[in-house]
Amino acid sequence: MTRLLLASASAAAFVAFGGPAAAQATVTVDGSSTVFPISEAFAEEFQAQTGNRVTVGLSGTGGGFEKFCRGELDVTGASRPIRTGEMEACAANGIEYIELPVAMDGLAVVVHPENTWAECMSVAELKTIWEPAAQGVITNWNQVREGFPDAPLRLFGAGTDSGTYDYFTFAINGVEHESRGDYTATEDDNVTVQGVSSDVNALGFLGLAYYEENADKLKTVAIQQEDGSCVSPSVETAGNGTYQPLSRPLFVYINAASLDRPEVQAYVDFMMTPENGVTLVQEVGYVPLPAEAFDLGRAKVAERRTGTYFEGGSKVGVSIEDLLASEQ
Amino acid sequence: MAVMTEGNLSGAAATAAAVGAITRAKRIDIVVAACGVVIMVMAMGLLLTLIGDLAIRGLGRIDYQFLTSFPSRRPENAGILSAWVGSILVMLTTAVLAIPIGVLAGLYLEEYARKNWISNLIEINVANLAGVPSIIYGLLALGLFVYGLNLGKTILVAGMTLGLLILPIVIVSTREAIRSIPLIVKEAAYGLGADKWQVMWHYIIPAARPGILTGAIVGLSRAIGETAPIITIGALTFIAFLPPPPITDSFPFISFAWLHDQFTVLPIQMFNWVSRPQEGFHINAAATGVVLMVLTLALNGMAIYIRYRLRRSVRN
Repeated sequence: MTRLLLASASAAAFVAFGGPAAAQATVTVDGSSTVFPISEAFAEEFQAQTGNRVTVGLSGTGGGFEKFCRGELDVTGASRPIRTGEMEACAANGIEYIELPVAMDGLAVVVHPENTWAECMSVAELKTIWEPAAQGVITNWNQVREGFPDAPLRLFGAGTDSGTYDYFTFAINGVEHESRGDYTATEDDNVTVQGVSSDVNALGFLGLAYYEENADKLKTVAIQQEDGSCVSPSVETAGNGTYQPLSRPLFVYINAASLDRPEVQAYVDFMMTPENGVTLVQEVGYVPLPAEAFDLGRAKVAERRTGTYFEGGSKVGVSIEDLLASEQ
Repeated sequence: MAVMTEGNLSGAAATAAAVGAITRAKRIDIVVAACGVVIMVMAMGLLLTLIGDLAIRGLGRIDYQFLTSFPSRRPENAGILSAWVGSILVMLTTAVLAIPIGVLAGLYLEEYARKNWISNLIEINVANLAGVPSIIYGLLALGLFVYGLNLGKTILVAGMTLGLLILPIVIVSTREAIRSIPLIVKEAAYGLGADKWQVMWHYIIPAARPGILTGAIVGLSRAIGETAPIITIGALTFIAFLPPPPITDSFPFISFAWLHDQFTVLPIQMFNWVSRPQEGFHINAAATGVVLMVLTLALNGMAIYIRYRLRRSVRN
């Protein structure tokens, strides 16, 4: 009875919405959850315009590379460059990849809107707060800088599985994947938004898109640059490279062998068309690359230039110019 | 107690003490009952708040467009078509695989298996399996089905994974149902000369059916909300096409190609939308939650209805 009901329900669904039964060529995309909205937008638009099928998974940067290097994917998104171990895994399976930057993303340090003291902070001050040695020691704002109020310091940030955490710890603490552990860690930046917006003494870090959507509930902390100026995170400052060190490039890695399939080649061409690359990236809340980057990317794909520019690790302060250089 | 041990008390005093004890017991009764009511109200209030919040945020978003559209980068264009079709197909596969195997296993353990250390071991393991975290099943399925047997990340594998997950529930409920059948039924059937299988088929299974079905549907309504094992075996998040339909226009008119297609399910779609920055996606997530809850309630409702109908027919 149950089975009958379920069967007839799903049968009805197919009668109503059934598509063509023929097996169609499909481009398989997976990878970083940060890059997911971009991949989703490309996939949706590409499928609407060409009729080719694209599927997008959400395995995370590391999980994506794992599958990619096993040869299961055509494209994987990454919020950091490929690591040495992952390069070895790919090499072991004979997977050659082409590295293409698709967008820039900023990480914002945020506080409660009523926080009047933390207007601009230096990387050193942020390191004082976030380094592993700070655990259980730095618990009050007045320990961060003379003149900060005597108020408890409550911290929120990305959980250790995320690329956001990896990049933040690398840029601030100097060592990837190392920080104090006594903060509210979450894989969902919306939790950080909630936490910081309900506590005057809180400080957190999250993806710029999350700040932009909640600008009424949060305030960003400007980052003091090497020349002493204070720069706040925005689409503009993350895009032109003045917001350092917390802006980072986002990548897609293309399986070079997959490019022999026309649908994959068409999908990559679609991504590397400036009209698509700029408008779609902007629409989902990230910082688009300049038009030049797409021409270089297309050329790189055409010449099948494989390998990574980053030699197995993140780099701090990668500007658009560096990214362009990486494609030449 | 105090009254009985202290023999030198006068009769009147004893009566007074007894009355006091009763009053005290009644008072405790009232306090316990009040605590129970308060706790129940709190629990129900919390539950209703959660459901209410979800419904208030999501209910307005559920319309024909939402149910018949694929996911999209624009929250207002996005829908859950691929997710709910995926969920229903996975549930169907799960039910077809887990229920017959679970019922037969339960029947065997209860009626056929000899009671020795092997059957004891199996029994303990089945009971333990019911408490294993679902992600473990996902990891097992990833290693065994996806990579070991090379079955791919398909609806079939998801059905098999969730089938394994609910198998202990089906087995345990089958055994409970069989155990609750009065012995007379069986003995009467044997007395009439029925052999073992005839007794099982004509008496035991029909009498146990309400309990078996309840267990199966409780299992299914657990499976429908599972995300972790499905993500582990590699379900997709964005998929904007449906599996091939099970009914075709050419002979033999039925196709099982959909079993080998990729898919997504409602909890994954919800999980993805919850963690997006845009408020529009959060509303979509709430709406997906409402749909998921309605599906679960429908399954549970069906369990109650079937049990009610079958109980009546068994009695007649």
